[in-house]
Amino acid sequence: MASSPAALPSAVSSSVPATARRDRDAVGRALARLGFTISSLSGYFFLWAPIVLLILFSFNDGRSVNTWFGFTTRWYEGIFDSALDKQSSFQTAALLRAVGNSLLVGLASTAIACALGTTVALSLARGTFPGRRWLDALLLMTVIFPEITQGISLAIFFKVAFDGIGLFLEPRPQPGFGTIIIGHVVFTVSYVAIVVRARLADMNPRLDEAAADLGADGWTRFWLITFPLILPGIVAGALLAFTLSLDDFVVTFFLSGVGTTTLPVFVYGLLKVSVTPDINAVSTLMLLASMLMIGVSLLLQNRNNQDRNF
Amino acid sequence: MKKTTFTFAAVLVLALPLLAQNANPTPFVAPTSADITWTCPPGFQGQQLNVYNWTTYIGNDTLADFERLCGVTVVYDNYDSNESLIARLRQGNPGYDVAFPTEYAVLILAREGLLQTIDMNKIPNYATNIPKRWKGLFHDPNEQYSVPYLWGSAGIGYNVNKIAEVTSWNDLFNYNGPTAWFGDPRNMMSVGLLMLGHDPNSTNPDEIRAARDYLLEKAANVVSFHSDDGQAQLEAGNVDMVVEYDGDVYTMMAECQCGDFDYAIPQEGAPLNVAAMVIPTGAQNPALAHVFIDYILDPVVGAMIVNDTSYPGLNQAAIDAGLISPELLATSVYQLSEEAFARMYFLQDVGEAEQLYNDAWDEIRILAGQ
Repeated sequence: MASSPAALPSAVSSSVPATARRDRDAVGRALARLGFTISSLSGYFFLWAPIVLLILFSFNDGRSVNTWFGFTTRWYEGIFDSALDKQSSFQTAALLRAVGNSLLVGLASTAIACALGTTVALSLARGTFPGRRWLDALLLMTVIFPEITQGISLAIFFKVAFDGIGLFLEPRPQPGFGTIIIGHVVFTVSYVAIVVRARLADMNPRLDEAAADLGADGWTRFWLITFPLILPGIVAGALLAFTLSLDDFVVTFFLSGVGTTTLPVFVYGLLKVSVTPDINAVSTLMLLASMLMIGVSLLLQNRNNQDRNF
Repeated sequence: MKKTTFTFAAVLVLALPLLAQNANPTPFVAPTSADITWTCPPGFQGQQLNVYNWTTYIGNDTLADFERLCGVTVVYDNYDSNESLIARLRQGNPGYDVAFPTEYAVLILAREGLLQTIDMNKIPNYATNIPKRWKGLFHDPNEQYSVPYLWGSAGIGYNVNKIAEVTSWNDLFNYNGPTAWFGDPRNMMSVGLLMLGHDPNSTNPDEIRAARDYLLEKAANVVSFHSDDGQAQLEAGNVDMVVEYDGDVYTMMAECQCGDFDYAIPQEGAPLNVAAMVIPTGAQNPALAHVFIDYILDPVVGAMIVNDTSYPGLNQAAIDAGLISPELLATSVYQLSEEAFARMYFLQDVGEAEQLYNDAWDEIRILAGQ
């Protein structure tokens, strides 16, 4: 045959007919394209199929979340009835309280993480102080750390701290929303800082210098120049932080106190009996809410990009 | 004469409805919050009780009724497993007054000094409403740390259209059709040991190996080792018989209302568990915790919990007063004789033999073709 393996290394120049080589390349390309198509399609499939199933079973007319019994909207009705303070089942009321706790923790920790993360990103990008590189590395550590390590170390930290305070103060402080929010800030602040830093690296430093040249002080430069330019980065970081906070179980559980049951803790607590489509309905609503938020942030980012094209 | 006839007739007419009623008993009316006669001791108004439990392991109105009767606020938090509860309390109790661990977890918590002793004199319902078979068990021999709440067994759930009656583990092992077993090592291995006449909590390597061989021989029809969702597989028709906890099967039966399924405790015996109420060390209101435990043991309150959750109740006063729904009372967990109950057993800590169980179970899961 024309394309014997021995001929391959020197094939570049002549001996193999050009058409055969082209054919072989075409087949290879087609195979590669097929492989890419299959792998990306299956990627999307595995990403979305569970979510589609979750939404589907939120309309299941039965208590099961994996066997279909018929269509109903009663799980949604239960949630809305409970939200409107009509008569509702004990479980739905507790579920909504857990959602409320999750939102409280998520919003508070996101706000703090955004403020801290942005300042950290600014000082890392622009500051010139000793140990800057170490701080940079430390920032990545909390992203890499296993959650369980973080949960336990934070729990030990608060126990020791509260025991210490308890020696002087009566009553001894107890874990609660405060400890959970601090814990969530600890593991989300790095994500915000990393995203904002990427945005800062993208920003033209001349803009800031030009403003300084025109006599603007540091504070004015930050609010009028830097902040609007990095806002999409902050929003993206905030969304990331909020999502991470919302579905965290391990750190939350270790730092929880009386009356702080969040949605993930509530859902895991159903394992004793059974998970009902109640959970699917709430998850679907939260999915809708987060999609809405992502849509808004994309819109913001887009408008901002257009503004920048001057 | 005429008058007596009239009187007799009148009495007869008046008595007729009563006679008819006796012949055809009144339909069961489930007790509601209005039927609770338990009264709260004075002096707790405005106080707070912190309860720590699995999410839906309680009646729908249980907490609201207690808040109303005592004028207190109940804060309800959840955990996902006994292990999580133990881990949380080991770090220091943030202020929980009542928790609901399973028997083996009570033993661990008590051993580590994480539980307060309970003064049974402050819980009058304990002496009157809880039968002797639930008192002084291995996890709390001196009745100091725990008050039984609900119990459960791991038996056989089955499709009555496929198999008429189940009385023995052999009905499961010899069944010619799809079945599902528990996925965890201890439950099924204990049945293997039991059937061979060994201690279900054996630590003897030879006995454990024998149980493995016995189960391997019986595993021909196993299509699935489930992780505690066996009732869903049964309901979906994937299997005809399943080894599962009674409460899960009964909850499914109550929701399905189809009469296609039933649950049986095999006559040879089966794994048993009991959830208990405990007062952790560091509770912020132990006095109110005692009151709450007494309230839970009230017959009406206990019956409402059982009717809502379908978990087997152990409040004898509630059973005797006919407060538990007849569908539940007809199930095998309430029909268990004293001899049959004596053959039930708890799964206890086996120490280092745990590894032998895990190895044996791995072989079964691989070789059974799962």
